[in-house]
Amino acid sequence: MRDVAVVGVGMQKWGELWEKSLRDIFVEAALLAIEDAGVDHIDSMYIGCMSSGLFVYQEHIGSLLADYLGVRPIPATRIESACASGGASLRAGFIEVASGMSDIVLAGGVEKMTDVGGDEVTFALGTAADQEYEGFSGVTFPGIYAMIAKRHMHEFGTTPEQLAQVAVKNHNNGSMNPLAQFPMKITVEQVLNSVMVADPLHILDCSPITDGAAAAIICSVDIAKKLGKPIIKIIGSAQATDTIALHQRDDITRMRSTERAAEEAYRMAGKKPEDIDIAEVHDCFTIAEICITEALGFVERGKGGGFVESGATALDGRIPINTSGGLKSKGHPVGATGIAQIVEVVHQLRGEAGERQVKNARVGLTQNMGGSGGSAVVHILEAE
Amino acid sequence: MIAPRIWREMPQRYRYEAGKCKECGKILFPPRLVCPDCKSKDFEIIKLKREGKVLTYTIIRVPPRQFKDQAPYAVGIIELEGGARVTAQIVDCDFDKLKIGMNVRLEFRRVQQEGDEGVIEYGYKCVPF
Repeated sequence: MRDVAVVGVGMQKWGELWEKSLRDIFVEAALLAIEDAGVDHIDSMYIGCMSSGLFVYQEHIGSLLADYLGVRPIPATRIESACASGGASLRAGFIEVASGMSDIVLAGGVEKMTDVGGDEVTFALGTAADQEYEGFSGVTFPGIYAMIAKRHMHEFGTTPEQLAQVAVKNHNNGSMNPLAQFPMKITVEQVLNSVMVADPLHILDCSPITDGAAAAIICSVDIAKKLGKPIIKIIGSAQATDTIALHQRDDITRMRSTERAAEEAYRMAGKKPEDIDIAEVHDCFTIAEICITEALGFVERGKGGGFVESGATALDGRIPINTSGGLKSKGHPVGATGIAQIVEVVHQLRGEAGERQVKNARVGLTQNMGGSGGSAVVHILEAE
Repeated sequence: MIAPRIWREMPQRYRYEAGKCKECGKILFPPRLVCPDCKSKDFEIIKLKREGKVLTYTIIRVPPRQFKDQAPYAVGIIELEGGARVTAQIVDCDFDKLKIGMNVRLEFRRVQQEGDEGVIEYGYKCVPF
């Protein structure tokens, strides 16, 4: 297997981009990544996208986007693993470059979520759950994570204030990210007084509905050296599955797919949780970040609530988590999220993260998750 | 949803039919072709016990489109006697009476209807006892 590096990343400001189509927002991000990498061509392309079919009534977007990016006739494939589509897209590109099949691959992600109404979005996102045995009873995604939160509170004494702390921290980080959809600081009181979506989750415990795209150019380390860009190596790449129905898991507060992918990625990278300097994780809901910090081994199981409260995951904490603002503040165009995590880690490892730069960040981890944890993708990157 | 899918799911929605692995005894709802634990392909069809306890719950205040007329409503994960778990609405219960560990029983109810002229879909919801 060849060593693989990320040599270019691209992303524009996320939000409700009513004036732009799915193809436009993807091409903008892809062009930025190609320019950042300084490559004159790409050999192939993967696009993470959860549901262009339900969000914009368009399938077959691999070819559509290759055409609009002006790279036809290279191979281009859409990758779907619900909200983990972006991470899975990077992994597909990584495997292709590592195997030697291609030298330079674009791994992107895109989701255009505001071309349909709010209840259509709720429905589309709900298809990442078991439609026949969860969706049938009227469960929504906030509802599924609310049930995880309720159980986490019951078993470990986690509090609504601790959940709110995740949102407060991530909005604080996002306030320093010019590309974030909601770059404003919020308080614990604001979270707790915001409208309830699915008890105990308030609207400010939930990531927003977002239009956005992100792209990364990956290539062999040999080519990366010739390009003269800072070399950010992908030293760990792993993916795992779990039941997509929450009720079929023996322990509903454990993110076993994340545990499994992390274990494999740490092994491949030769790293331990304490070696990680920064992490971008899938905080689709505040409770998710708490469970994920436990699953990644940053804190003991059940102690995730106290961990965020202690400040350990803040920008100046022991392990800064979601320096970009996370899904919560930066936005969550579902298929693009996994790639945007890579964009942030690359900026941090290159020392280009501006106001929110973490000093001496050398090793970064990304954790991208589909549904309630039915899929998880973990990558570990290191600056050479 | 169109008729074949509703018809196909009737054994589970109406009669609680599950698969019981003849090798390791695991109960799978809905039935599967392969046991995820012991990989056996040998099953018998059994009926789920209808009584169980609430493992966790929430109140859905922002519903998907087919459930707009019912919101807000409670849903939970129910651990049934015998060990199988299902997700179901919890009805005939004030929200402030909901509790983890409470006893509930699955009952046959109208679950959803697609628009004014859509097919009415029936299935299970649970009620406290």
